[in-house]
Amino acid sequence: MDEIARQIEPLIPGLRRYAFALTRDHEAADDLVQDCLERVVSRWHLRRRDGDLRAWVYTIQRNLFVNEYHRRRRRGVAVALEDACVPPVAPGQSQAVELGEVMAALDGLPEEQKSILLLVGVEELTYQETAGVLGLPLGTVMSRLSRARARLRALLEPERAMPLRRVK
Amino acid sequence: MSDPTPIGEDDLQAFIDGRLGEDRLAAVEAWLADHPQRARDIGRERAQRDALRAALAAKAAEPIPARLRIASIRASRRSRLTLVLRNLVAGLALVTLGAGGGWLARGDARSVTAPATQVTRDAVAAHRIFAVEVAHPVEVPAREEAHLLRWLSKRLGRELAAPDLAEFGFHLVGGRLLPAEADAAAQLMYEDAGGRRLTVYVRAGAPGETAFRFWQDGAVASFVWLDQGYGFAVSAEAGRDQLLPIAETVYNALDGKSANAGDVKS
Repeated sequence: MDEIARQIEPLIPGLRRYAFALTRDHEAADDLVQDCLERVVSRWHLRRRDGDLRAWVYTIQRNLFVNEYHRRRRRGVAVALEDACVPPVAPGQSQAVELGEVMAALDGLPEEQKSILLLVGVEELTYQETAGVLGLPLGTVMSRLSRARARLRALLEPERAMPLRRVK
Repeated sequence: MSDPTPIGEDDLQAFIDGRLGEDRLAAVEAWLADHPQRARDIGRERAQRDALRAALAAKAAEPIPARLRIASIRASRRSRLTLVLRNLVAGLALVTLGAGGGWLARGDARSVTAPATQVTRDAVAAHRIFAVEVAHPVEVPAREEAHLLRWLSKRLGRELAAPDLAEFGFHLVGGRLLPAEADAAAQLMYEDAGGRRLTVYVRAGAPGETAFRFWQDGAVASFVWLDQGYGFAVSAEAGRDQLLPIAETVYNALDGKSANAGDVKS
């Protein structure tokens, strides 16, 4: 197996998960990952050899999403929300957060907050890596992470979410 | 508590993520014990982080599609690049105008294309369709030039002149109105003595302002620019150097006309 494949393929499951969480569409997610991988291959010689490969690849994918896919979505192309790969949850789990609910709440956040929650909480990038992907100083990442989590929590708490959802 | 540093947001976040060292962990736990409200919130945020991870776990567990293997990416790269360059018209791929520099959009990304990209695609497509037309290359012929320009000006909301391209050997054949999504576009067609055709495309509803951009799509070359809410393109089967002075002449002939949309001559 060649060097790029050896180093990059282990990242693909995570890249697909991140792409899916952003696009909420399986096909669009794989398109995004494919675009990302093409860039990785074509710019392989440009990567910093002493740098963090994972952060570099996630940065490419995130920028692609922000620059294009995100814009497409804002312009109203249908996104198959019902097509989420959320496993069914048994009803009556009052304590546990329902999985479908948390995805729906995530959808309600701006892209940067989404990415912060996903990169740190799901992809398990270090805070430093996350700062690199988002192009923010470390301290800013920490406060935005704090804000994003508080926002998600508010969306998932009915008593606080009410005013946010009211449409008049 | 061995670490006297005050507890910060960053500690609480690292606590949620289980990334605290032992000393700091003890300090944060002690702090949380004194702040039950905050402790409750932190507990929920941790559960939500876990829920998010669980909701997405199935995606990462899927086998990766063959098309995403690096070997497939390598194999398709060359053909894709060729395809991308060849299929400008089909809207397969264009460089967008983001400040960060272009990247190659792909797939059926019709709706994501930036205004100049759209103008290019539409202009080149219109050129290809009508430049080869023998029986009906234009809707209104050049002998009705005044009527043609009045009509197109009205529909575009902008005074449209027919640039004089005689010095390049091209004379006006006529023009037509074209749809451009929700807006109107006009195509003026020129022809030289050898029967070679050149089109000038003007489209409303193209916000932004750009310098000249050159596109080569197969044999068809275009110069495209955006100005004052309109997109412009000059296309012909010509080389870059040959087309550039023509495009400049067209630019000068059409420049600043949009401000006079209100007083279109009738």
